[in-house]
Amino acid sequence: MATPLTLKELSKKEVLLTSGHRMCSGCGAPIIVKMVLLASEYPIVAANATGCLEVSTCISDYTAWKIPWIHNAFENAAATLSGVETMYRSLKKQGKIDKDIKFIAFGGDGGTYDIGFQSLSGAMERGHDMLYICYDNGAYMNTGIQRSSATPYGADTTTCPAGSVIQGKPQPRKNLTKIMAAHDIPYVAQASPSNWSDLVKKVKKALEIKGPKFMNILSPCNRGWRSRTDDAIMLSRLGVETCYWPLYEIENGVTKVTFKPKEKKPLVDFLKPQGRFKHLFAPENENMLKNFQEMVDKEWGSLLKASGTE
Amino acid sequence: MAKVVAVTGNEAVAYALKQVNPDVSAAYPITPATDIMQRFTSYVSNGQVKTEMVLAESEHSAMSGCIGASAAGGRVMTATSSQGMALMWEELFIASGSRLPIVMALVNRALSAPLNIHGDHSDGMGARDCGWIQLWSENAQEAYDNTIQAFRIAEHMDIRLPAMVCLDGFIISHSIERMEYIDDDAVKNFVGEFKALNPLLDIEHPVSYGPLILTDYYMEYRKAHAEVMSKVSKVVLDAAKEFEKISGRKYGLFETYRLDDAEIGLVILNSAAGTSKDVIDSFREKGIKAGLLKPRLFRPFPYEEIGNALKNLKAVCVLDRADAFGGSYGPLFIDIAASLYPHKNGPVLMNKIYGLGGRDYLPGHAELVLNELVDIAKTGKVKMIKEYIGVRE
Amino acid sequence: MKLKGWKDVNPGAVCTEAGSALKFKTGSWRAYRPKWVEENCIQCLFCWAYCPDMAVFVKDGKMTGFNYDYCKGCGICALECPGKKGNKAIVMEEEGK
Ligand code: SF4
Ligand code: SF4
Repeated sequence: MATPLTLKELSKKEVLLTSGHRMCSGCGAPIIVKMVLLASEYPIVAANATGCLEVSTCISDYTAWKIPWIHNAFENAAATLSGVETMYRSLKKQGKIDKDIKFIAFGGDGGTYDIGFQSLSGAMERGHDMLYICYDNGAYMNTGIQRSSATPYGADTTTCPAGSVIQGKPQPRKNLTKIMAAHDIPYVAQASPSNWSDLVKKVKKALEIKGPKFMNILSPCNRGWRSRTDDAIMLSRLGVETCYWPLYEIENGVTKVTFKPKEKKPLVDFLKPQGRFKHLFAPENENMLKNFQEMVDKEWGSLLKASGTE
Repeated sequence: MAKVVAVTGNEAVAYALKQVNPDVSAAYPITPATDIMQRFTSYVSNGQVKTEMVLAESEHSAMSGCIGASAAGGRVMTATSSQGMALMWEELFIASGSRLPIVMALVNRALSAPLNIHGDHSDGMGARDCGWIQLWSENAQEAYDNTIQAFRIAEHMDIRLPAMVCLDGFIISHSIERMEYIDDDAVKNFVGEFKALNPLLDIEHPVSYGPLILTDYYMEYRKAHAEVMSKVSKVVLDAAKEFEKISGRKYGLFETYRLDDAEIGLVILNSAAGTSKDVIDSFREKGIKAGLLKPRLFRPFPYEEIGNALKNLKAVCVLDRADAFGGSYGPLFIDIAASLYPHKNGPVLMNKIYGLGGRDYLPGHAELVLNELVDIAKTGKVKMIKEYIGVRE
Repeated sequence: MKLKGWKDVNPGAVCTEAGSALKFKTGSWRAYRPKWVEENCIQCLFCWAYCPDMAVFVKDGKMTGFNYDYCKGCGICALECPGKKGNKAIVMEEEGK
């Protein structure tokens, strides 16, 4: 019997991302990476797109990675890992490697939704045996909180600042998880570090599936979200409970909502603690809040429908 | 036993790659290099090589895949041209800075705009300072020979740098030529087993590739790179010596043609050197001491050796199949002039820009240039140091 | 630390010492310090799971304290700690007080 999935059991494993990394205090990304690495029973080789995680975990002679890791550039984590994984298949076929190794790419939303999208789409279409993980903090945080296509509707960023004419980002977020599902790859999922067991289970499942897999994980960033250093887990939980960030998976085309809040909280519960949405609470922006809530309701509704759990 | 064949330049390069039999190739089609990978993938489909392909969705991803594969710990190659190389630009520096011995055939083609698919050197020259080794090839035979040698040079433990093998688009890539193939076994032994350095797939010894290096170390890494570049010439010559044993063909850092006692000379890369040699012969028949120097190893540029080879001439014309817009002269000229800088009494120099976008370089062009050199050798005076030739007014 | 010269840097800037970031102590970033109140601890290990800096010591499946060499004082552990009967087992205290 497999060991039960408890924190007690997980805590006996070595965390393969060490302390001494230089992510900001209270960042969500290293929590995600830790959980992902803990979930694996296999040796992992990782690729990392340029971004916060990459610059903070490997600076000169200091690397926080205890697994083989490669950073190439911003837009090509998936293509780079394609090469690594292909070399693995080649050497394995030639009998030069016998171990089972799994391949994981990490990219932020900039490196995944935007500049790295082509490379990701290509890698998924080619069918490389890899898991691509997007830690989505909803903006180009590494370069100073610029808007990305993952930035939520209405959010204030340094390139779509809330002003007197424009109230933050006018466009809704691109639904990348759905776009990845449209690649008809065997496994696509959304997860949140607040729901660690759901996240770990999804990674475990993904790693058992051969072929390309994609996971989108909500990654709070207190600098960009204009929130507190201690609320990464609280906010990711609120993201899930308001259904702003639904937890679900699409396995071989079958959609399953993996967490249904007992009581769906109003979106404002998620928005309110974040300074990037402050202007939305001005009386003249009431409509924007309404629009935003409707967007969330619509996606949640369609997810429930797709998973037959209406 | 060597086999005599009649093949195109692309076919020859693809055949060399088949014989080298790399572990992985990541590539993307582009005219005129496409044909290399088309031929190569048919070897893959027919089980004639062990290579696993990454048929990428762009050249940027192709080179990214090559970098990942090379860092993983195996032998890697690709091919491209022009815009493809331009799209790889960022990755070229990452490949060399990470010291990954990727071999790439660059089928030289003009850069857009205006869009043009024909041969000139603007792509290779544009990438000349990206930290790669560059070997340039006059014909299919040289492209084939250089491809085989490139693996040995790039993968040498003292070097570990990516290398590109340049050949002229269409003029060489698509013209059939008589040449010789070396035996499979001889090629296999010549390139040897790939030796991995810090492979990612060695999970017992986890390494991190691509760190952030700030002001405290960036310059040390650059200096180390520059130092490695300075060791390349020796490795190229050693490889050439070994290669001669299996091929009977001699290679150096550059080729000289009737240069020893020459008073006037041309410096020219790739296919146009062939045309020029014939014209040099006709000038020699007229009693004019003309000669030619054709660089082979263009990066790192063997400036000392080239300076010495040219210093005793009276007048030299450097022919560039690319321009360096807004710079002083064509890119080849700049390096030749720099090579002659220590030689106070060196030749008078001039620079002609020719053959852009596949414009023909004809014997008549070489004749005009040589006649001008004859005058310069007499008078010591140059009318115009830099000039486009074969262009309409 | 004495900086290496160009002759001694690794080819390609490859870091060959896995986990060497442990030599980089981030504890000095801390403005607040988490304090463990053992009697309120129910050993749920949420603090360990949610710490972004791997700064919670766990031995044989039990929380045993904080690694102040690396703890950046974000306070996630304290916020997420359920404690016992409404009493937190982690409280944040201002550094240097
Ligand atoms: S305060 Fe933050 S860094 Fe320190 S132990 Fe708690 S969660 Fe970890
Ligand atoms: S979160 Fe609180 S109760 Fe749970 S193990 Fe940590 S200190 Fe103890």
